[in-house]
Amino acid sequence: MAKEVVIESLMKSGSFWFPEGATSITNRVDGLFYFILAGSIILFVGICATLVYFLYKYRRTEANPVATSNITHSTILELVWTIIPLILCLFIFWWGYKDYLSMSTPPGNALEIRVIGKKWLWQFEYPKEGVKTLGELVVPVNRPIRLVMGSEDVIHSFFLPNFRIKRDVLPNRYTRLWFEAERTGNFQIFCSEYCGDAHSAMLATLRVVTEAEYKEWLKGGSGASDEPLPELGKRLYTKNACNTCHSIDGSPSVGPTWKGMYGHNVSLVDGTSVLVDDAYIKESIEKPNAKVVKGFQPIMPAYAGVMREREILALIEYMKSL
Amino acid sequence: MVHESHAASEGSYLTNPKGWKSWLFTVDHKRIGIMYLLFIVISFALGGFFALALRLQLLSPVKFLFTAKQYNQLFTLHGAIMVFLFIVPSIPASLGNFMLPLMLGAKDVAFPKLNLASFYIYVFGAIFCVFSMISGAADTGWTFYTPYSTTTDTSVISMTLGAFILGFSSILTGVNFIATIHKMRAKGMNWFRMPLFAWSLYATAIIQVLATPVLAITLLLLILERTMGVGIFDSKLGGDPVLFQHFFWFYSHPAVYIMILPAMGVMSELVTTFCRKNVFGYTTMAYSSIAIAIISFLVWGHHLFVSGQSDNAAAIFSILTFLVGIPSAIKVFNWLATMYGGSINLKTPFLYFLSFIVLFCVGGFTGIMLGALSLDVYFHGTYFVVAHFHYVMMGGTVMAFIGGLHYWWPKMFGKMYSEFWGRVACFFIFAGFNMVFFTQFILGAKGMPRRYFNYLDQFQSLHAFSTVGTWVLGLGFLIMAFYLIDSLINGPPAPANPWGGMTLEWQTQSPPIMHNFESAPVVDHDPYDYKRMDG
Repeated sequence: MAKEVVIESLMKSGSFWFPEGATSITNRVDGLFYFILAGSIILFVGICATLVYFLYKYRRTEANPVATSNITHSTILELVWTIIPLILCLFIFWWGYKDYLSMSTPPGNALEIRVIGKKWLWQFEYPKEGVKTLGELVVPVNRPIRLVMGSEDVIHSFFLPNFRIKRDVLPNRYTRLWFEAERTGNFQIFCSEYCGDAHSAMLATLRVVTEAEYKEWLKGGSGASDEPLPELGKRLYTKNACNTCHSIDGSPSVGPTWKGMYGHNVSLVDGTSVLVDDAYIKESIEKPNAKVVKGFQPIMPAYAGVMREREILALIEYMKSL
Repeated sequence: MVHESHAASEGSYLTNPKGWKSWLFTVDHKRIGIMYLLFIVISFALGGFFALALRLQLLSPVKFLFTAKQYNQLFTLHGAIMVFLFIVPSIPASLGNFMLPLMLGAKDVAFPKLNLASFYIYVFGAIFCVFSMISGAADTGWTFYTPYSTTTDTSVISMTLGAFILGFSSILTGVNFIATIHKMRAKGMNWFRMPLFAWSLYATAIIQVLATPVLAITLLLLILERTMGVGIFDSKLGGDPVLFQHFFWFYSHPAVYIMILPAMGVMSELVTTFCRKNVFGYTTMAYSSIAIAIISFLVWGHHLFVSGQSDNAAAIFSILTFLVGIPSAIKVFNWLATMYGGSINLKTPFLYFLSFIVLFCVGGFTGIMLGALSLDVYFHGTYFVVAHFHYVMMGGTVMAFIGGLHYWWPKMFGKMYSEFWGRVACFFIFAGFNMVFFTQFILGAKGMPRRYFNYLDQFQSLHAFSTVGTWVLGLGFLIMAFYLIDSLINGPPAPANPWGGMTLEWQTQSPPIMHNFESAPVVDHDPYDYKRMDG
């Protein structure tokens, strides 16, 4: 837990086209792609070769000033190039539909985890185990996982490239997604439905661990580490998605920058001002809309209950260092 | 049929009558076509400028030239301008307006004043879009998905109002074309003696008239929701945000065929003229346009495969999506077959014909991939989709638009352009286009989501390559702008029929006289009956 989590590269792993799969369904999905690709290449090369051949053979020259053929149509030919693509397409449809069904039908014994998407972070809740995390979904390997997802604001989309799955996360209903990881590792989670300024920073990590590590993690929770506070704070800054709205280089973003904030007075929207100290930071993390800095919108999600005391302390230490 | 002496005395439509008022209040379809062309080209340049700017930002995986909000506004403006101001009206309103009556042997469209009204409605809509641009441009993406679009603080209303107004322009043009094709054909020109470009405009007009009102209503509801809090799409008020997507795509998917069908019509004209041969499978070509128009109404749900719609609905939309691909494939094969045994004149317009075939095939094949349910789940919302629709829209429609523009340029302006520079520009455009967008197939397949301001460092080299491609592409268009403007000033005069075309627009002088023909043409043969001419 104390170690930096390195996410598997999408570019460096896997084939020329796809990132390395982490579940068996990816073979079938990629297989369909390669099937269509192969068919396309054969057809494409055929079309291009015909083009080039015709361009050469029938180019306009003094010897060939007008068309030599007056053929208007050929019912047989036209039927052939209507029916063959049609059959191929129906076959491709069937292949895609079959896999789509198995991708959308979770087995009954799946482990249920709740996903909440909001601008601009992913929150995960393990209802039976009573654990909440931010920006990090931890699951055991070789066990079906069922995600029940909802949004607190606009539409988001939960996208796991290594698993070839994606599902929109909507504000008015619950959508479901399931997968079963077949190898351990750390995988990229994207938001793939445009949701505003920090859409591209709405990332999270899927950590697939062994059953034993998973049990250990559940017991220890996300805050149990002996990592030094400033380093933990630096890690949480990205992991908890603070970085999507707060810069550390002094530039204003969706929220105020953290650089040089600690120990100084800031003006609030209600006209008063407040000293940025430990108490103010803790309050702003847990109840962000209590004292909003002037010039910013009251849009930060409340972190009450999802961050442990030590994690808050770590962020305070990190802010001091900026 | 060319009556040189009389035509010369009347003068071309460009100079008779004279004066700026005679342009602004003209009801001549040719002048309206030219004015549309001017605005469409300006819109394309503007949309292209935004594309160059946003690709420049994507050289870097982190903040570089713009803020996140500015970047989001840039891709929204790029998309909205390219779709609503450029590509929807592009071929029908400019080339179609100019050529349709000429090709039918008519004096004008059925309702010339309505035609002028469509143009001014277009300008009025464009003003709203420009106003949105300078008053805190919308940052919703051109799709305006709720509830983001009802909650963002940017000027969504003026942009949607602009698109709403532009829709009326599109509907009126559609009505006009349908009436023109039904009522204004020359004596002897029955339906199956009509050029295929006219058929494609007919199919397009059907979609324009039937689908555009749905967009208008949807955008109006969006505006009502933003201003008055009516709960149509907002779940807090009992609405449903996915309903918006259904409404939106009910128009916007058929709209894709509003964009591509006229392009296919241009392709048929190019292949027959530059091969000096009748179009292979004329009847199939005509019917496939109508088939595409009808099926295109029933595939909108393939934009919602990951939105949580039912599996059965997804299956039906997937199968219909494959079905709409078949008539497009037939067209490609028929164009190829037309080349067989022809006499191929490899001029600039035909280079764009070839570019279309190659790029549209890539767009079509990747469309098959996206139509397959399991693959779409993966590719949805990634650069793969971005690359796919640019191959169809830019590789298809824009190539045909440029090809058609070069084909009819001598007719429209009475001037020839530099063939050499035409080829050079085509080379840069073709090469640049593939650099930009083929790269994006790989990015998408590797999992890169679209509409990302920042991206993971590992994607940087591909993004950088794609950006360099936009410069090559931009250079191609710059060259084109130079030689086309030069042709207007210094170009040698064009003969009435520089390419040896069979259709009626080539039977009058270049540029045509105000009433198109000296005497009403009479048609007694098929549109591409080269056999008759060449013996």
